[in-house]
Amino acid sequence: MSSEALISLVNLTKHFESKQGLKNTLLRKKTIIRALDGVSFEIKKGEIFGVAGESGCGKTTLGRTIIRLAEPTAGSIFYGGRDITHLDKSSMRSLRPKIQIVFQDPYESINPRMSVFEVVAEGLGINRRVLGMKRQEQVREAVKRSLELVQLTPPEQFMVRYPHELSGGQRQRVAIARALVLEPDFIIADEPVSMLDASIRAEVLNVVTDLRDKLGLTFLFITHDLALSKHVTDRLGIMYLGKFAEIAPSEELTSKPLHPYTQALIAAIPVPDPDGKKVKVLAGGEVPSAIAIPSGCRFHPRCPFAKELCKTQEPELRQVEQEHYVACHYYQEAYDSFKTTV
Amino acid sequence: MSVLDVSDLKMYFETLEGPVHAVEDIAFSVEKGRVLGLVGESGSGKTSIALTLMGLLPPNAKVLSGSVRLGGEELLKVPEERLRREIRWKRISLVAQGAMNSLNPVFTIGDQIKEAITTHTDTPEPEAAEQVKELLKKVGISPDRYSSYPHELSGGMKQRVIIAMALALSPDLVIADEPTTALDVIVQAEILTLLKSLQREMRMSMILITHDLALVAEMSNTIAIAYGGQTVEYGSASDIFHKPRHPYTIGLLKSVPNIAAKKTRLTSIPGSPPDLVHPPTGCRFAARCSFATSKCVSEMPPLEDTGERGHLARCWYWRDMGL
Repeated sequence: MSSEALISLVNLTKHFESKQGLKNTLLRKKTIIRALDGVSFEIKKGEIFGVAGESGCGKTTLGRTIIRLAEPTAGSIFYGGRDITHLDKSSMRSLRPKIQIVFQDPYESINPRMSVFEVVAEGLGINRRVLGMKRQEQVREAVKRSLELVQLTPPEQFMVRYPHELSGGQRQRVAIARALVLEPDFIIADEPVSMLDASIRAEVLNVVTDLRDKLGLTFLFITHDLALSKHVTDRLGIMYLGKFAEIAPSEELTSKPLHPYTQALIAAIPVPDPDGKKVKVLAGGEVPSAIAIPSGCRFHPRCPFAKELCKTQEPELRQVEQEHYVACHYYQEAYDSFKTTV
Repeated sequence: MSVLDVSDLKMYFETLEGPVHAVEDIAFSVEKGRVLGLVGESGSGKTSIALTLMGLLPPNAKVLSGSVRLGGEELLKVPEERLRREIRWKRISLVAQGAMNSLNPVFTIGDQIKEAITTHTDTPEPEAAEQVKELLKKVGISPDRYSSYPHELSGGMKQRVIIAMALALSPDLVIADEPTTALDVIVQAEILTLLKSLQREMRMSMILITHDLALVAEMSNTIAIAYGGQTVEYGSASDIFHKPRHPYTIGLLKSVPNIAAKKTRLTSIPGSPPDLVHPPTGCRFAARCSFATSKCVSEMPPLEDTGERGHLARCWYWRDMGL
């Protein structure tokens, strides 16, 4: 793996405004939802970077903001060293093929009236100018190659099928093939297997790791399932209320979690072994609303280690070990306690 | 002593495309004060089984054969009127999938739980209200929330209300169908911990229906694995996880990511579940099974006793199977 960054985010922020609600209407006010609240990190070339967190933590907004399906409120996005935060429509359009996204639900993201060939070729049609691809034969070859890459082989057989003739796993692989046909460098996969049965998830996940291994593609893998992402990603970032709590290599993050929130997540995950460890609730309560983010450390109202400092001063995400970053004033104390209880 | 015995259950849905054979030979028992984990993926028939046990099947469903005995009494023969008055909710209750979203938004949660009590018993209103406060405490909600409306509660709290309702009449058996599916992992852990402690405290018998093997490992004493409407394997939690005898169970175990294990490449079971309108004549798993022979394709294997602590497997070659 090269250590060169493909994507760098500097203080990326996305606030949504809502004028809905009786109070807002009467007082002509608006509510600010701080979905993404200053996120800085890098995704290395050829890396599968996972972002995990509970619902409402901002992980989906992060993906959508990076490809500018949502315009950032502040901060910058660099792609291969180039600032793409404020690119105009036409420059962004020429960049689109390089950055692709695969959505959660293959039952909704694929047009049921199109054949697999049409689904995969559609992007080429729209982006033909970009790629300079004119002849029908070239399109066919590109579609074939994409289907082969996602292991829908022989491709000729799959091209003529319709989505309802495919299993959920095959559909999601068609969605990946549709992204691949444009020869991207970077793919955002937003919960790509959460709609699939457990027994077929691996056929999609292994396509992701194979694409990285064979073509050196870079992935942002967004998920709520920490157990699953551990086995798929190289590095993991844990998000809480629009910010990163911790970033580390996946194996290390799950075996040596330093942030009390990461620890609470890991202790809460059931293990598929009746004689294994049982779930524990280390930090009770539920995620507060992104409208009213707590002062200081945003996790402090739920944190068993919170002290005065945590209420007033927000901890920076700082490097504490090789490649291990954590945003907690008292991570050492938290980890010592975690070691003895879990 | 078993609270519930299900055997040879066969049930289909009448549809425009023909009968959907949703449940075909399901068998399991639930012991008093124990938890049975019923595991299945989409199309395994797990929710149809729950509805059959509750007598809540839609009109197009037909139970063909089989027996469901609750404390020795055959439930499939009980007329609807008696089911409603004496069995449902009093003796078997259901925490249905997504039930927390079906709370009535215009009634307080206290009144909704109270209704479950007053509809099924002659308890006077004030006494029922007292019982509700006790139930709320039991599920970890302050009795002050009696007058709260569902929109004032978080998802986890609403699920606690549903659990309180299911326990309101101290039933012999509680069926929990995917009780934590829509919840985040920390809230899920809270609900699991609550269910476990209530189950122990009240010596409650429970069926936990889920697609998630990690959940049943956490909660169950006994496990039934369902595939294509059949029980394909049945045994103690420890035997199912450590000495599985059915290739589907083995495949499923290998596909579940374990946060406590070293990083590894996950495996999947190729193919997809069988078409239940035209089910295969032989083993329903044969098309996806790497060990399948021509016998598997043509003949349906019976659910056989392996002779190991009541461990049953539906595979012609269970003797050769193992992790």
